[in-house]
Amino acid sequence: MTEGEPLFRLDWVLQHLDMLWQRIGEHILVTVIAVAAGFVISFGLALAVRRYPFIYGPILAISGILYAIPSIALFVLFIPITGLSLLTAEIALVSYTLVILVRNMVTGLRGVPPEVIEAARGMGYTDRQRLWRVELPIAMPIIVAGLRIATVTTIGLVTIATLIGMGGLGYLIVNIGVQRRFPTATITGVVIVVLLSTAVDLGLQLLQRRLTPWARAHEA
Amino acid sequence: MDFLAQVLAWFTDPANWTGNNAIPLRLWQHLSLSVVSLAVGVAIALPIGLYIGHTGRGARFAVAVSNIGRAVPSLGWLGIAYPISTGLFQRAGIGFLPAFIGLVALAIPPIVTNTYAGLRAVDDELREAARGMGMHELQLLMRVEVPVALTVILAGIRVSAVAVVATAPLAALVGGGTLGAYILQGLALSDEVRVFAAAVMVALLAILTELAFAWLQRRAVSPGLAAAGDASWVEPPQLPAGPAIVPS
Repeated sequence: MTEGEPLFRLDWVLQHLDMLWQRIGEHILVTVIAVAAGFVISFGLALAVRRYPFIYGPILAISGILYAIPSIALFVLFIPITGLSLLTAEIALVSYTLVILVRNMVTGLRGVPPEVIEAARGMGYTDRQRLWRVELPIAMPIIVAGLRIATVTTIGLVTIATLIGMGGLGYLIVNIGVQRRFPTATITGVVIVVLLSTAVDLGLQLLQRRLTPWARAHEA
Repeated sequence: MDFLAQVLAWFTDPANWTGNNAIPLRLWQHLSLSVVSLAVGVAIALPIGLYIGHTGRGARFAVAVSNIGRAVPSLGWLGIAYPISTGLFQRAGIGFLPAFIGLVALAIPPIVTNTYAGLRAVDDELREAARGMGMHELQLLMRVEVPVALTVILAGIRVSAVAVVATAPLAALVGGGTLGAYILQGLALSDEVRVFAAAVMVALLAILTELAFAWLQRRAVSPGLAAAGDASWVEPPQLPAGPAIVPS
């Protein structure tokens, strides 16, 4: 910190609102791509596990190893292949979401009581109807819980992607805050990341309530 | 293959084994920073967790600590520690110190929450029995609650240890060296070989830490509890929704 520089300068924040919005936008974009891609891939894997249960073990083992690799390492490991690109960042981010999402989807689908599946069969549901009208709705709370964790985790990890030039809120923390010794930017970046995670978490919680109206009816 | 040969050449290049950017030096910085930060983190977090878990007082505090721990990104801890450290100690506040402060802050939440959750999950009948045998509070804590909750407590320390080792590379941002220095140098110089070699070392170090603590966890748990299957006295910890483990 340069001599006499205060920890926080509100006037700087107010003067740079445009730049802050731009960084928030970048951050959200990278996060949304990662979570959306992770969700689609996980859903495919979960459906495959539903059909072929024996592949679950290997999937968990591989994704578990990916999960154990520190984000800073995973972000740069693919640079020799994919360069300093959005793709490099997304490979790392999507890998992390897979572990959380696949696990929750499979747990949710496996948690459907056998008698409910029997009943659906008895009513003449085809396999596909049973999946979409019975199993997925019942699994919904656990799937959305996984989505919440995956999204909040990704928002945190995207901060590190600034090291490979992805901007976002990490740019405020590192490139301005730390490298130019300007604590206001660091604090602003961290606060926005925390607010963003909290807001997204609450939003997805509301979504879950909307998606499972019967749970509310049950409470009442 | 050509690239991997270059990486191998980097590892065997004598220039990378001497001087102030040598592999042993960077490894030493990485490990010493991690060990000191984890030790201080445990020294702070364990008593807090034990107190809250044993007395049941301050449970809200434990939940708040765990929520903050999840919401603030690892980079955030280091970023915030930096101006505090330089503000307090000027030039001496660059390097080891801000990294240390940030990593200690990072290490605390998982240990507090797991210690608290582990102790809370101990069966009340077990406590009653211990009190009936005439144990006083400290004996109850040390001889009954901690041994029964040990798996969960050690799991918290393991999560912190891996997070610290995995985040230590970011210390390079605040002048703290570590293997992260190679990553930053490599990114600045577009030296992909250096970046990759460092990333591999960081990943291996994190995985080794994970394995070492998993081994320790198995070794340290009372054989009586291990024999009873999945530690029959311990209910799964009731934590707020979310994973105990977050990639770091």
